Formats: sequence, C-alpha cells, structure tokens
Amino acid sequence: MSQTGTLMGFVHRRRRGAELFLLVLALAVGIGAYAAVGLGVEGVVPADLVGYGSWLTALIVAAHITVRIVAPYADPVLLPLVAALNGLGLAVIRRLDLTYEALGQSDTFARQQLTWMTLGVILFIVTLVLLRDHRVLQRFTYTAGLLGILLLILPFLPVIGREINGARIWINVAGFSFQPGEVAKVLLVIAFAGYLVLHRDALALAGRRVVFIDLPRGRDLGPILAMFGVSMMILVLQNDLGSSLLFFGLFLTMLYVATERPGWLVVGGLLFGAGALAAYTFVGNVQNRFNFWLHPMDYYDASPGSYQLVEALFGQGWGGLIGRGFGNGFPERVPFAYSDFIVSTIGEELGLTAIMAIILCYGLIVERALRIALISRDGFGKLLAVGLGAIVALQVFVVIGGVTGLIPLTGLTTPFLSYGGSSLVANWVIVALLLRVSDQARRPAPRLDPVDEAGSDSESTQVVKLR
Amino acid sequence: MSELTLFLIRIAFLAILWIFVLSAISVIRSDMFGARVPETARNGAPAPARKGKAPKAPRKPRRGAPTHLLVVEGENPGTRAELADAPLLIGRGSDAAIKLDDDYVSTRHARVAASGDEWFVEDLGSTNGTYVGPVRITQPTTIGPGVQVRVGKTILELRK
Repeated sequence: MSQTGTLMGFVHRRRRGAELFLLVLALAVGIGAYAAVGLGVEGVVPADLVGYGSWLTALIVAAHITVRIVAPYADPVLLPLVAALNGLGLAVIRRLDLTYEALGQSDTFARQQLTWMTLGVILFIVTLVLLRDHRVLQRFTYTAGLLGILLLILPFLPVIGREINGARIWINVAGFSFQPGEVAKVLLVIAFAGYLVLHRDALALAGRRVVFIDLPRGRDLGPILAMFGVSMMILVLQNDLGSSLLFFGLFLTMLYVATERPGWLVVGGLLFGAGALAAYTFVGNVQNRFNFWLHPMDYYDASPGSYQLVEALFGQGWGGLIGRGFGNGFPERVPFAYSDFIVSTIGEELGLTAIMAIILCYGLIVERALRIALISRDGFGKLLAVGLGAIVALQVFVVIGGVTGLIPLTGLTTPFLSYGGSSLVANWVIVALLLRVSDQARRPAPRLDPVDEAGSDSESTQVVKLR
Repeated sequence: MSELTLFLIRIAFLAILWIFVLSAISVIRSDMFGARVPETARNGAPAPARKGKAPKAPRKPRRGAPTHLLVVEGENPGTRAELADAPLLIGRGSDAAIKLDDDYVSTRHARVAASGDEWFVEDLGSTNGTYVGPVRITQPTTIGPGVQVRVGKTILELRK
C-alpha cells in the first residue's frame, strides 16, 4: 500500500467556484419561487421580496464561506441541492400561509420555518467549525447510542412529553415543541457506524450456510434484535409507523453495507415482515393505513378516513404535467399540506415536472452520500456517509411514496421541504456531517516518499497470535 | 394579472428549477471525468521524481503543533524522536528513527510523515499491522497530538 495517495487514480479538485455557481442558481430557485408565489396569489411582487431575498442570500453565503474556510475539499453539489430544496419549501409554505390568512387560520408557518432554517444554518456552521475530523465521533459510539435511545424515550416523560395528532413524539420545553427523534436518528447513525466498524468481522465471517444464503450465528443476532425491539417500541408506544420503519431500515442498510452479507437482509426482512404482520393485527392504526392505501375512495367520509390522502391524490391529478400555477390550486383542502403533504401541494401547483426535479434532487443527495462513502479512506467515514444517505433516502421514499399512493401512508417529514423545525435543523446537521466526511475523503492523500525496500526482514518478526 | 402572464411565470420557474438540476448533474459529471490524474498514477509505478525537489525550508511550527513522537508504552518507554527530522521510520531495524526492541514489530514497520500541517502514520507492510486507536490502518492516516498509535506491543503518541 505504498501508493495509496492515488487510490482512485485521480486527485479531486476543490470545486468551490462550481459550488458558488450552483448556489446562485439555487437562490434563483428559492427567491424566484417566492416572487412567483406573490405574483400568483396576490398579483403583485411581494413587498418584502428584497428583505426576504437578502436574508436567504446571507444565510447561504455564510454557509458557503464556512465551507470555503474549514472544508475546502468538500463536495460541491450537496450544499446547493439542500439550499434549493429549502428555498422552494419556504416559498410553498408561504403560499399556503397566504391562503390560510385569507381563511382566517394560523398563518405564520413560513416565518417560523425561516427562523428554524436560520438556526439550522447556524448549527451547520458550528458543526463544520467544531468538528474538524469526523473520526473524533467514533469515540462517542456508545455515548451517542445511549443518548439517542434516551431522546427516543423523552416524549414519554410525564411533564415535557406531548401527544400531537395522535403520535407521542414531541417534547415541550419552555414553550418550544421539539421532536427529539429527529436528533436521535443522527446520533444513532454515529452509534451504528462506530459499533459496526469494530464488529463487522464477527458479523461478516461467522455463520453457517443454509441453501444459498449465509445465515449469521445466533449469538450475533443480539444487536439486530435489540434494534428491532427499539423499532417495535416506537411503533407500539409512540404510534409512529414512519419513524419505526426509518430506524429499522437504517440499521439494516448499515449492517448490510458493513458486512456485505445478504443473509442479514433476509433475517431483517423476516423480522420486519413478522413485525408488520403483528402491527397489522394488533394496532388498529396500522390496519387503517393499509385499508386507506388499498381502497382510498371507500373511506373518504369515514372517521378516521382517507379524506386527506384522497384530496392529495385529486390535487396531484389536477396539477397534471406542469401544474395549475401558484395560487390557482386548492392545496388548503388537504390537512397538513404544509408539512407531511407538501409534495402534493407542489404536485398540484407546479405539476409532475417539479415533482420529478425534486425527486432528482433527493436522488443526487443520496448519490453524493454513497459516492462519499466510496471514496472515504476510513471504515467509520464510509459507514457514516452511507447511514446519513440512507436516512434521506428512506425518509423521501416513505413520504413521497405515501403521498403518491405507492405505499401505505406514514407520517414523516420530507427533508428540507416540509414545515418542521426539528427535522430541518437535524437535516442541516446531517449535511454538515456529510460535507465533513467528504472533505476528508476528497482531500489529496499525503504524498509520502516511497521507502526503498532494504531486503526482506520479516522472518525475525513474530506473528501476533489471534486467540 | 392575465392568464398568459401567469402561465409564462410558471413555465419560467419550472425552467429555472430544471436548469438548476441539470447544472448540478453537469458539475457531478465534470467532477467524475474532469479530475486531474497525477503523473504517478498514470505511469502505474510510483515515480521517484519528488526526490529531486529541494526540501522546503522548515517552517516555524504553529503554536500547539506537536514537536516530537514519544513511546508511551512497551519495551522502550520514553524513547523519542523530533518531528523536525520527519519522515520518521518506526521499526526494529538499525535505520529506524525510533528503534524498538519489540518482537512483534517488523524491521521497517511504520512511518510518520507530514503533509501540510497534518501528520500521517503509514504502515509499511508490517507483519502485525499498525493501529490508530482500535482500528488497523490500511492507508496513511492523520494523527493528532495524543492519538495512540500501536505497533506490535508498543504504543506511540505525538506530543507537543
């Protein structure tokens, strides 16, 4: 391994200029959408366009300058993709606010979302500045895991726990509502990556072959069973199908990537199937979701019914290929159009063309994450990048799949688009971590002068006996 | 506002959205195919060309930068080598900057060298491997002050 500096055969360039160019385009998307909302809904360019635009620009420029200084080799595409999605999300939430205002409902979602985005960008900058090497996180493997589980339990505590819309996933501290699960998923990725990078050999090599599949040993099933238990706990106690799916899917993905063994997928798939069946049988909520998915029209008037999903499907159908245009649809007919169902709002007013662009953006984010994992030089960084990419991928699949009727609907936020402070802040931290890993991965390896081989000498060295 | 204007605004916005997505893809594309290939990789073999370059004048070490490599545990605790003489060879051989009497260390076991402001440890194909923290390294790995590097039964650290 004397020439590992040229592992991939080429040296990555910094590409900060390309990032700046893409950021300008991303700002054009965000501010353009805001202007289009004003023109479409009220017929005039919004009065606060300059103030809003300069605030957004300031945030993005601050993030860009930070990347330039502390992570000069980081991936050039991730930040613009995230900035564009966040800007578009803000504009769409603003569009809903204008309608809610006319209807006399609460109408400050866009303002709050902008505040949360500011906090998210600040945390993004803090993460990049404080965390100069992602391998430091490996020291906190078990701390992160414990903290993650604690955060998941937090909503059950009597005083601070809150149940909102049937899911007990909120805590309320000093007037602020927060979903600790969103932070927990980042911590759990760190914990899984740290754990798997140390134990991958035991999990990958031991086991016996049944038919064509290498099944793992019984005693290695501990972690996967524990994680299964945690997911089931979330499902049964918090009544939150989406998060349960997210955590278990995340663990399974990382386990598979760490061990390269399809056997784990078989075990995990069977466990998940059993869990889903049990949930279907015993948890009424899950059964309802399945019925709404299979026969949405039959439950339109029922309570709880599929009213929300059906209206979303109508909206997307009416939007067609290029949408009705901002202000010409009726997204307010869909409850929670600003959070879980934001994709249906976009489908109604901007059409399939925009939905495809958005899904492509998410696809590119995941592609960059996997690419970072491929070129990363250390196992922990690889697993971290895969895990963070898997979070985004699973979340997007579960939400957009649910809203478009591909899979049963589960409540999760669309990363960066939907209204939701905890999720937005956590996602900005995820991007910061990805950029940190990619900065390490793309930085040219040290050019160390080759050592001239001075004869073979290994005979006299004793080999460490393993066991 | 007329129907046509709104239609044009909508089309213009969708166009901006797609221009953004396509530019992002083109940046990714040039990132994959437009990267510089260093001479050494193209020729297949590591070129000894770097030897000819005069060594850079030693810079003033930054405050807080490590100054020496110290054996903290093993057969020869307290053995140290100044980082100013980098690259430092670690092993049992007589040409090693840190010479260890550890049976589990290869003659030329590992090397510590600088690149820019950072220090790297590289395994030189040793029998028992080099560990940074709990992980066996396969490629040059950055180490900071206080990070434990294990070769055989010996543990080394960068110190200020």
